[in-house]
Amino acid sequence: MPTRRRALLVIAVLLAAGLLSLAGALLVGSYSIAPGEVLARLVGNGGSGTGADIVLGLRLPRALAAFACGALLALAGALMQVLLRNPLADPYVLGVSGGAAVGALSAMLFSLPLIFVHGGAFAGALAAMLTVFGLARGDGSWTQSRLLLTGVIVAAGCGAGVALILSLAPEQKLHSMLFWLMGDLSHAGSPWPALAVAAIGLALVMPIARDLNLLARGDLVASTLGVKVRSLRAAVYALGSLLTAVAVTTTGSVGFIGLVVPHLVRLAIGNDQRVLLPAATLAGGALLVVADTLARTVIAPQQLPVGVLTALLGVPVFLYLLSRQPKGGRE
Amino acid sequence: MSTLLEARDLAAAIGGRTLVSCLDLKLDAGERLAILGRNGAGKTTLLHTLAGLRAPLAGDVSLCGEQLSALAPRRVAQLRGVLLQQQIDAFPASVLETALIGRHPWMERWAWESTADARTARQALAAVGLAELEQRDVHTLSGGERQRLAVATLLTQAPRLALLDEPLSHLDLNHQIAVLELLASRARESGMGMVMVMHDVNLARRYADRALLLFGDGSAQCGPVAEVLDAPTLSRLYGHPLRRIDAGGSDYFIPE
Repeated sequence: MPTRRRALLVIAVLLAAGLLSLAGALLVGSYSIAPGEVLARLVGNGGSGTGADIVLGLRLPRALAAFACGALLALAGALMQVLLRNPLADPYVLGVSGGAAVGALSAMLFSLPLIFVHGGAFAGALAAMLTVFGLARGDGSWTQSRLLLTGVIVAAGCGAGVALILSLAPEQKLHSMLFWLMGDLSHAGSPWPALAVAAIGLALVMPIARDLNLLARGDLVASTLGVKVRSLRAAVYALGSLLTAVAVTTTGSVGFIGLVVPHLVRLAIGNDQRVLLPAATLAGGALLVVADTLARTVIAPQQLPVGVLTALLGVPVFLYLLSRQPKGGRE
Repeated sequence: MSTLLEARDLAAAIGGRTLVSCLDLKLDAGERLAILGRNGAGKTTLLHTLAGLRAPLAGDVSLCGEQLSALAPRRVAQLRGVLLQQQIDAFPASVLETALIGRHPWMERWAWESTADARTARQALAAVGLAELEQRDVHTLSGGERQRLAVATLLTQAPRLALLDEPLSHLDLNHQIAVLELLASRARESGMGMVMVMHDVNLARRYADRALLLFGDGSAQCGPVAEVLDAPTLSRLYGHPLRRIDAGGSDYFIPE
């Protein structure tokens, strides 16, 4: 039986894991800094110098951006899985990241400055989202399969656009384009907008988490128990897509987090959205921070695309959890 | 007797075909109504219209004296419960968790299920014989067990009016009677009114006070089971001849 106490315990543990991952990200790197010194810099009495510049100027913003994007993607993934009532749905399934990729890569193709890459990604994501939203509503029926099909087709169209840009692009631009496609935090910029959006997103879904529990059991079941299904679905779709758009704008399309983190959390603690949504948000943030820390350190000074590491980390954990699936019931 | 459900001049259609028209219906507390008809005659469409899950083509429905469309969805869910024809579980959940969703309309926004809620759910599970399975994942249940869980969820919701779409599907004979007896006891003890879509004429005759026959062409016939259910009418209803058999004082209908 779901209890508030258990939910708070899960969230406290994951909050600690998140803080731990951030601490690790500040400490680890090719320039080694003592933990005491990092702490001194953080509380602001460390003055200036190379150490302070690295911790406050490079590692902290990057770690926070990673946390924010992981959180955004995991939350968006959890919402999409409820919306499409399909545990295999991810934030990209409805074409948002495809639209963002076309926008960002177009800006790169024309050698526009970084701000246009971010702007192009966001505009592309919004365009894809509005296209799917407009077409899937159609006769107002808003059915599951119609939404999914529209999204998949728009995503396929965007995929073709990406392939076209990649084949037209000069060779020296391909490397950065591929990094963008796999997700990369080295050009993340300020982490605060993404962090704020993640916090607002979570604050918006928590009051409706129990309604989402019912929505996950089917539109009809939810309607019979007093949920306003149509407006809830529209809101969840819009919010999930916006969260995804902000995430891909910040870091490119980091794969895996949005699909696997909600799923992983579900395997571990069940499908009660009141716990799953905050837990997935925190776990997604922590996982991306860890992955990004590894991405910039394992073969330093060279950096790996973080998307590769999220998959390399996530796959074994996921397979392990799947193999110890409870026999018949849960506690 | 308070009126739970009232339909006035109701019409319902699906796919452009009018299945029910000019229907007037009234159901009091503790009353049980069976809806009978062929496949596609509009039984589920009518039930969903009465439940407020779809808008009527014409006419209106009121629930406990208030216009259904004017009531807030949450209030509607406190007054009437629906047993759907199919139970779909996309995600894993325990049996107890599933029964507890019936408490949703009664809980405040930030509330979690209380021990009282859990007691209600456990009593409902015990009433349908699922007490031992409360920790089981719904995916491991048999069809009949899943159906009984849906009945338990409805009882956990504790509505004044229950709209049941084929409550006996997937149930073995023993559990068909057990579920009907359980519902009958709720009707007697707490005055729960019931509308049941059924396929078994003999069980409808035994466990319903009135029957509503849907002929599929917009026409319908409603009345006490003893009056409405006779061999010629049922033969016309199902498009197959039925014969009435007298077995020691009670009548049974069997197909020819």
